[in-house]
Amino acid sequence: MSYTIEGATGPWELVIGLEVHAQVISKSKLFSGAATDFGSEPNTQVSFVDAGFPGMLPVINRECVAQAVRTGLGLNARINLVSRFDRKNYFYADLPQGYQISQYEHPIVGMGTIDIELESGETRSIGITRLHLEQDAGKSMHDQHATKSLIDLNRSGVALMEIVSEPDLRTPEEAGAYIRKLRTILRYLGTCDGNMDEGSMRADVNVSVRKAGEDFRTRCEIKNVNSIRFVMQAIEAEARRQVDIWESGGEVRQETRLFDPARGETRSMRSKEDAHDYRYFPEPDLLPLVLDEAWIATLKTQLPELPDEKRARLMHEFGLSAYESAIFVMEQVTADFFETVAKGRDAKQVANWMLGDFFAALNRTGRSIENSPVSAADLGALLDLISDSTINGKIAKEVLEIMVETGETPDAIVEARGLRQVTDTGAIDAAIDRVVAANPDKLAEYKSGKDKLFGFFVGQVMKAMAGKGNPALVNEALKAKIGAPAG
Amino acid sequence: MLNLSIAEALDALAARKFSAVELTDAHIAAVEALNPRLNAFITVTADLAREQAKAADAARHAGDAPALSGIPIAMKDLFCTEGVRTTAGSKILSPFVPPYESTVSAKLKAAGAVMLGKANLDEFAMGSSNITSAYGVVENPWQREDGAKLVPGGSSGGSAAAVAARMAMGATGTDTGGSIRQPASFTGIAGIKPTYGRCSRFGIVAFASSLDQAGPMARTVEDCAILLGAMSGFDARDSTSADQPVPDFRAACAHGVKGLRIGIPSEYRVDGMAPEIEKLWQAGIDWLKRAGAEIVDVSLPHTKYGLPVYYIVAPAEASSNLARYDGVRFGARVEGEDLIDLYERTRAAGFGAEVKRRIMIGTYVLSAGYYDAYYLRAQKVRALMLRDFNEAFAKVDAILTPTAPSAAFAIGEKMDDPVTMYLNDVFTVPSNLAGVPAMSVPAGLDARGLPLGLQVIGRHFDEETVFAVAGALERAAGFTALPSVCAGAKS
Amino acid sequence: MSLDPATVRRIAKLARIRLDDDEVPRLEGELNAILGYVEQLSEVDVEGVQPLSGGAQMAMRLREDAVTDGGYPEKILANAPDRIGNFFAVPKVVE
Repeated sequence: MSYTIEGATGPWELVIGLEVHAQVISKSKLFSGAATDFGSEPNTQVSFVDAGFPGMLPVINRECVAQAVRTGLGLNARINLVSRFDRKNYFYADLPQGYQISQYEHPIVGMGTIDIELESGETRSIGITRLHLEQDAGKSMHDQHATKSLIDLNRSGVALMEIVSEPDLRTPEEAGAYIRKLRTILRYLGTCDGNMDEGSMRADVNVSVRKAGEDFRTRCEIKNVNSIRFVMQAIEAEARRQVDIWESGGEVRQETRLFDPARGETRSMRSKEDAHDYRYFPEPDLLPLVLDEAWIATLKTQLPELPDEKRARLMHEFGLSAYESAIFVMEQVTADFFETVAKGRDAKQVANWMLGDFFAALNRTGRSIENSPVSAADLGALLDLISDSTINGKIAKEVLEIMVETGETPDAIVEARGLRQVTDTGAIDAAIDRVVAANPDKLAEYKSGKDKLFGFFVGQVMKAMAGKGNPALVNEALKAKIGAPAG
Repeated sequence: MLNLSIAEALDALAARKFSAVELTDAHIAAVEALNPRLNAFITVTADLAREQAKAADAARHAGDAPALSGIPIAMKDLFCTEGVRTTAGSKILSPFVPPYESTVSAKLKAAGAVMLGKANLDEFAMGSSNITSAYGVVENPWQREDGAKLVPGGSSGGSAAAVAARMAMGATGTDTGGSIRQPASFTGIAGIKPTYGRCSRFGIVAFASSLDQAGPMARTVEDCAILLGAMSGFDARDSTSADQPVPDFRAACAHGVKGLRIGIPSEYRVDGMAPEIEKLWQAGIDWLKRAGAEIVDVSLPHTKYGLPVYYIVAPAEASSNLARYDGVRFGARVEGEDLIDLYERTRAAGFGAEVKRRIMIGTYVLSAGYYDAYYLRAQKVRALMLRDFNEAFAKVDAILTPTAPSAAFAIGEKMDDPVTMYLNDVFTVPSNLAGVPAMSVPAGLDARGLPLGLQVIGRHFDEETVFAVAGALERAAGFTALPSVCAGAKS
Repeated sequence: MSLDPATVRRIAKLARIRLDDDEVPRLEGELNAILGYVEQLSEVDVEGVQPLSGGAQMAMRLREDAVTDGGYPEKILANAPDRIGNFFAVPKVVE
């Protein structure tokens, strides 16, 4: 199904390209030895290099280069053995040098692809144009003072990977799926934490609209969108704006815009009005970045299993459905958790428990897999108690609740609370006798052919046994006592 | 004492003929006497110098005197010095006190050198006359017969004047297009721009990053070698610093030129070159021949394009390097109604005319639509110039040329048109573009009694041969003339 | 190629240098003289020549990833023309 925006003149197609800025995980900055921790006191993680002091020079961080290479490998992209850094010149209060060191003509990573999965179950391959390394700017705060903007340079010089997609995306959903998938890959690789709230992943969104079969029309760039939801909203709002302009006989002007989530609209960015002439030229303080093929090969062998491979393996090895495996691979820890529990157990049962009661319990308590009070070993142990008939499924759900609450092991809970399933046929028979004796009218109805009431008797017996009766044995004994249902 | 070379002074200090404090006091007295006239120093650090001299004496007493222990020098005010104001000759840095030290000045400090003060220079090292300094012109200690006050050359004009007038025994300079060699030539002293990457650029206020290189200025070739030995060496804080061993430059000065092949590039015979310079060049050729060198004609066909390439590449890099002077984190600020207005007022008031001109040219040649025609083409011609040198150095060990097309000119001359001023650098710029080492040696006087230098250009990282040739020239030239304003003259 | 007054103004704007009206004609003349001078490069045959951008002919060294710098906000802010607390301060910016 194709997504279009319905205008007065008919349907309009969207053309979307994304430039995702992903903050590289490294201890120190791209060109200086200052720390990169988020949320530190203002200007404490700043060296003279990061603050653009006279005579200060950049020296590149090997780990940041390695992270870019890993990411390129994870995106099935070409790694360029020789790349260069350029200066992108513009003035801004949080850009201390008056230029950003970036890679313009010769990026470290070339063409690659990302496969995205859509809700329809369809998979689309989105082209990656390039990935390059660059330094982040500092942070300007415009709302802390009546007449002044305040500048904190802690972020200045932190390594970013700018990952540029081809204009292959056609719907807000695809854009969302693309960012989610990219984030998953980066997190698997350990090259970016993908935390959009803290700004470690931000997207610039290029949007244009066109009639079916047309060439590209003028695009606008929406800067610095910091959540997937806003990306999707911004695309829709911007596309509508452009459709309105074209349809009212106007011309869309190529410009940089900002998304205002409160108003749900985009607006022209004043500070970028004359920033189109960046005067890129080769950064003379740095030399060409020449990579060793053997080093790249080593990095490649150290890459973790990536989401697409893992998903295929989970389906193949554990017989999971496409849906189940997609959920498990979204976060590496989830997949690891699943695999730990599923090892040597019934994988289908594990999947059902995780996707059902376990995730529900985590959601309810506001926890995630990373800080789950229930370890994979404990969840496995719980399922083992079902398999060896120590407890039944219903009791198991209760035990899981207690595990989530208290963090105790299932064995301890079962023992301490006497939840062990009753397999003593004497005890079962006694319970049945009590139930039958207490319900002569129901028994009569059952005997007269109301088969449905068998379930009532099972329930009553289980209740009488505080839920601990072995369901199979209760069934057997009840049939022997009151006769099997006829139907 | 003031007339001694660094080598002689080190011997005298070692022999306890005088103390570092005495040597420093004598130089401080010279600075106090002459600086009001010559304006060679922007900042004089007399107290700091005395302290350092005292420490040098104590170290020597303890038997631990490093290579330059107790030698008073001038520091070009482009080197950031921790706790000592560093202006780069610009108004925009007038309040700037660096909280850090440049690698070169730190190395000199560690070698026991005594810093007398921060030497005047063309603003951001952009100039060949020292008239663009926001801290006033520097007067050349040499005088012309007509009595006109002369420029000391630039941009390291304060360094050159201080050394020539015996206010300092040596000085640091930086050389982007000739800023060490041309003022050395104009003031009758020696100065070397080493190979690009030989001295760390860390902590030196940048002019044009791919061309800037620090080097020493002193009255003898050997003194330059001693200073360079202390200044050079690998620095992990400069990505363009070369991880190369530092040879014994001082020993190289005495190697002689027997068996060396010296190239003479015909392209350096430019139109309008003074006949005296032509004559001096020929004298240099004869001296080297007599000392046992073989003279070989070489061709550097792209020489004439050196200046146009330089006047694209250097301003382009400068326009970007100087973007950080925006009144936000350091330096002077002029308030404005908004941020852009603040930038524009700060930079309009903070930069002088020549700096603005170069920023404008640099901005233009990098701007959309002009990059390929100017900057990219200049880089390609630069590649051809490097090729010229590489081909010449396949045939010869060093190249001999004049340092500058003229002797020092008067303050006020050549000022009408920037291009005329730029022509000063015609012989010096090519070695910056190619990154090769080059040295100016005082070789004689012109008819009006002004010093002239000869330039020796060497292979990448072969400063030893440059020193050997320069040493031979120095011995043959026997240059002993003194400037008319000179502290040591009567002592 | 030659600069007109509008281009001089545009370049000054890009370079963030305020120009008074009377400076424009002078700069226009000077800049055009320089551009006229460098024009001679167009006569050089640069076909197939790889541009040379740096002074050093070597590959880049990579430094190890360790925190070795920073942690001195007072030094960073010591030269600031205007500061509020440990922030640099500039006139309020409207994005």
